[in-house]
Amino acid sequence: MKKISQKTIKEHGLSKNEYSLINNILKREPNILELGIFSVMWSEHCSYKSTKKWLKTLPTSGKSVICGPGENAGIIDIGDEDAIVFKMESHNHPSFIEPYQGAATGVGGIMRDIFTMGARPIANLNSLRFGAPKHPKTKNLLSGVVKGIGDYGNCVGIPTVGGECFFHESYNNNILVNAMCVGLVKKNKIFYSTAKGIGNPIIYVGSKTGRDGIHGATMASAEFDDQSESSRPQVQVGDPFMEKLLLESCLELMKEDAIIAIQDMGAAGLTSSSFEMASKGSCGVKLYLDLVPCREENMSPYEMMLSETQERMLMIVKPTKKKLTIDIFRKWGLEAVEIGEITNTGNMEIFFKKNLVGKLPIKPLAESSPEYDRPSKKPKTIKKKGNYKNFSIKDALVKIISSPNHSSKKWIFNQYDRSVMCDTIFSSEESDAAVVRVHNSNKAIAITCDCNPIFCNSNPKLGAAIGVAESWRNLISSGAEPIAITDNLNFGNPEKEEIMYQIKEAIEGIKMACEVLKYPVVSGNVSLYNETNKKSIIPTPVIGGVGLIKKLSHAKGFKMNFGDKIFLVGESLGHLELSELNRICNKNTGKPPPLDLKKELKNGLFIKNFIKKHHSVVSGCHDLSDGGLILALAELVLKNKKGIKVKIPKNVKKIKEWFFCEDQSRYIIIVKNEKELISSAKINEINLQEVAIVDGNSFSIINQFEISVKKLISYNNTWFKRFVQI
Amino acid sequence: MPKRIISIIVFPGSNCDRDLAIAIQNHLNVKTQYVWHDNSKIDNYEMIFIPGGFSFGDYLRAGVLATKSPALGEVIRLAKKGVPIIGICNGFQILTECNLLDGTLMNNKNQLFICDKSYLKIENNKSIFSKNLKKSVVQFPIAHAQGNFFASNDSLKELEDNNQIIFRYCSKQGVINEKNNPNGSLNNIAGITNKQKNILGMMPHPERAINKFDDQDGVLFFNGLKELL
Repeated sequence: MKKISQKTIKEHGLSKNEYSLINNILKREPNILELGIFSVMWSEHCSYKSTKKWLKTLPTSGKSVICGPGENAGIIDIGDEDAIVFKMESHNHPSFIEPYQGAATGVGGIMRDIFTMGARPIANLNSLRFGAPKHPKTKNLLSGVVKGIGDYGNCVGIPTVGGECFFHESYNNNILVNAMCVGLVKKNKIFYSTAKGIGNPIIYVGSKTGRDGIHGATMASAEFDDQSESSRPQVQVGDPFMEKLLLESCLELMKEDAIIAIQDMGAAGLTSSSFEMASKGSCGVKLYLDLVPCREENMSPYEMMLSETQERMLMIVKPTKKKLTIDIFRKWGLEAVEIGEITNTGNMEIFFKKNLVGKLPIKPLAESSPEYDRPSKKPKTIKKKGNYKNFSIKDALVKIISSPNHSSKKWIFNQYDRSVMCDTIFSSEESDAAVVRVHNSNKAIAITCDCNPIFCNSNPKLGAAIGVAESWRNLISSGAEPIAITDNLNFGNPEKEEIMYQIKEAIEGIKMACEVLKYPVVSGNVSLYNETNKKSIIPTPVIGGVGLIKKLSHAKGFKMNFGDKIFLVGESLGHLELSELNRICNKNTGKPPPLDLKKELKNGLFIKNFIKKHHSVVSGCHDLSDGGLILALAELVLKNKKGIKVKIPKNVKKIKEWFFCEDQSRYIIIVKNEKELISSAKINEINLQEVAIVDGNSFSIINQFEISVKKLISYNNTWFKRFVQI
Repeated sequence: MPKRIISIIVFPGSNCDRDLAIAIQNHLNVKTQYVWHDNSKIDNYEMIFIPGGFSFGDYLRAGVLATKSPALGEVIRLAKKGVPIIGICNGFQILTECNLLDGTLMNNKNQLFICDKSYLKIENNKSIFSKNLKKSVVQFPIAHAQGNFFASNDSLKELEDNNQIIFRYCSKQGVINEKNNPNGSLNNIAGITNKQKNILGMMPHPERAINKFDDQDGVLFFNGLKELL
C-alpha cells in the first residue's frame, strides 16, 4: 500500500492531529480511499467541528417540536395530524464560483432534505447577500443566482414565496446563497434515516454518479484565494427534471410500507448518506461499488464515494418490497439498484472488483469526529471618522427607497413562480411573512427569513438576537403564532479568534432570544470560511421562522383601504446608531438598538391576540425594522398604491428620530375603526400612537412634505431596473 | 363508458395537474382522471386537459418531447373527431408542437421566466370556451419562460380572420398595447383555438385564480365550460 504523504493529508484539509486520530481509530494508516472518506466526514461542512460545542447549547425542544436537529430537517406539529418539515441550507461557495448551478443545486439539495422525510415541499424561500453593486462581479452573480433559483424551483413546481436580497461590500468575493424549504407531511407518515435490519438491501436511485462535486464539502470548508475559480469542476450540475421525478416517485413509494430508512445524497454524497444511516442505526454496511450506476467510465472507488452528483437517494427497504420499489421507480423512468446490504459488524466494508478496498469503523468515524473549542477574542472596534451628510426627512426617505437594498426587487421575484400549487396567500412582497395555505384546509403557515448583518457586525450577540426577534415579529404581523426556527450561520474562518468570537456570541444571542420567545431551533446549517484573501464577510446568522395561522381569515398582509387608520404599537426611543438614516449619512459606527425581550413578547402577544379576536377590523399589519417607521409607512403606500396622511403626534419632540429610529418590538397596525384597538391597548398597557389615515394619492406628512404615490413608485423602481439592464 | 369524467394528461414533469384537477372538480363539478403519458388509450374523452409544467424537463424545446408520448397520439386522433381539448401553459406549447394549433411559443422577450398577474381581453366571446365568461377583461396569473407567441404572416392573418384569437394581454381597463404585453407575444396573443374551434391553447393559468384569496376569475372560466358536458 502506498504511504500517504504530508502533502496529500494537507490537500484533504486534515490537520496533523486529525491524521493521527485517524491512525488511532483504524489502528493503522488509511489508504487513499479511506483518507478521502475521513476528510469529507470530518470537514467543517459535515462535522460542525468548530461549532458543535456551541450549537448544543441552543434550545431545541418545545410542545410543538416533533423532530429537532440531527435529522435531514426539523419537524413541528401544526395540529390535525399535520406536520411541517423545514430547514435552511447554504450554497455560498459554489454559487460564487458558478452562480447559476451553485444556486440551483442549493435549492435542489434543500428540497431533497424535505421530501426525504416524506413531506411534499410546499414553499421555497431564499436569503441572498451580494457584494457592492459597483463591484464588477455583483451583477453577473445576482443574475445567475436568481435565474438558478427560479429555474430549479419553477421546474419542480414548488412556489418560491419569499426571500431577501442585500448588498454590502463585505460580500464582494463571498456571496451568500441560503435556501429554505418547507414541506407538509402527515404525522404518521414521517420517514427517518436510521438504518435497521441485518441483511436488508441498500437501494440507490436517481442520477448516475459522475465526477462532479468531488470534494465539494471540503471546498465549502476552506477560504477562497485568487485561484478559487479553478474549483469550478467541484460545483455540481443540477437537473430539476430528475428532482421532480425523484420527488413524485419517492412520495409514491412512501405510501407503501416499503422504506425502512431513507437519506438523500447531499454533501459528501454516498459517503455521508451511508455513514449517517448506519451510524444512527448502530449497524454495519457492505457496499459493492461495481453496482453503483456511473455516467462516466473508469470511475475509481475514491471518486464514487466522494462524488456529489445531485438528485440521488439512498434507502434501506424491506427485502419483500424490493420488487415493488424497483417497479415504482421504473414507472417514473428511474433505475433503482441494490448496491449493498446492512450488516451487524459496525464497519463499513467497501468492495470493488471483488476486493475489499476500504474498511472503516462507522461509529468512531461518524461520532468521534473532532470537536474544537477554538480560542476567541473580542475584535477591536474601529472608530471611523467620516464626512457626515445631513438630509431633510423627505430627501432621506427618497434616498433610502431608491437605494439598492430598499428599491423594488420585482425583477427578482417575478422570476420565481409564486402561484404554482395554488396555496400562496401572500408572498413576502405582500406581507411580512409569506403565507401559504395548508392544502385543502382553512389554516396556513407563515414563513420568513431574516438577518441584519450590520447589527451583527457591531454586536454579534445582540444582532443575532434581533434577527430572531425580527423573524418572530414578521410571523406575528402576518397573523401567525410563531412556532420554531431554522438557522443558517454564515461566518468567516473560525480558526481566527475574532471570527470565533462572532460565532460564539451570535449563537448565544440566538439562544437568549429563542428561550424568552419560546421559539426553539429545530434545524440548521453552518457555513464557515466565507473569506477571500483573508478578508471575511460580516457575520450573517440568518433565521428562518415558521408559524401557524389557525384560520385563513387571520392572515394579514400590507393591505390598507381608504379611510383606514394607521397606529404605531410599541415604544420609540430614538435609537439612530446603525440605522438606515445614519448609513446614508455615512455614519457607520455605533451600537444596534437595545432589545428588551420581555417587551418584545408583550407587544407581540398583544398584536397576535388582537388580530385573532378582531380580524375583521384589521386590514393589515407590518413590523418595524430597518428604515424605521417612515420606511414601513412608505412601503404600505408603495404596495397599495394609495396615499396616506401622517399627523405627527403632539408628544413627539424629536421628529427625525421618531421617523427613522430602529428601536425594536414595534409594529404598525391598520384598522378599519380604532375603538377596540384603543381600549385593548389601554387594558394591556401597550404604547399606542395614532400615526396616519389612508387618504388621497400622496405620501404626505402634515406640516412637512408631500410626495405623490406615482413619484414614490418611480423612485422605488428605478435603481434595480437600471442596474440589471446595463 | 362512465360518463362525465374529464381526462388530464400527465407527463413526467407536469406540475399543474393537481391544481387543474381541483379547479375542475370544484368549479365544473365533475370527476377527473389522470392519464399517464404512456397510455395509448383515453377512456374518458368528453373533454381533455393538458396541464402546465415542464414535461420531460422542457429539454430540447418546451413541449416537443411530450408530442412523442403515446397518449398524445390519442389526443390528436380525438381532437380531429371534435373532442374539446384545452392546453394551458406547457399544454399550449405541446399543442403547438404537435401542430394541433398554429404558431409557436418562443422565449419571453426579456429572456427571463415571468411570474405575474395578467389581464386578458376576451377577444372572441362566441367560442365554446369563452362564451360564458360574462366579462370583457379577466385576470389570470402567468408563469412561463416561453410564452412569446409567434406565427407567420399567413397564419396570423388566418387566426385573426377566423376569430381564432380568444385572449389578448391587456391593461386592467382592457387596453391592448406593447406596455401591457408581458412576454412579447405577436399582437398580444395569449390564447387561441384551432380553425374548428374545439381546441384551446392559452399561456395564462385560470386554475390559479379560483381561491377566495385570489381574484377568482378562474371560477368563471371553469363554470363556463359546463354546457360542453
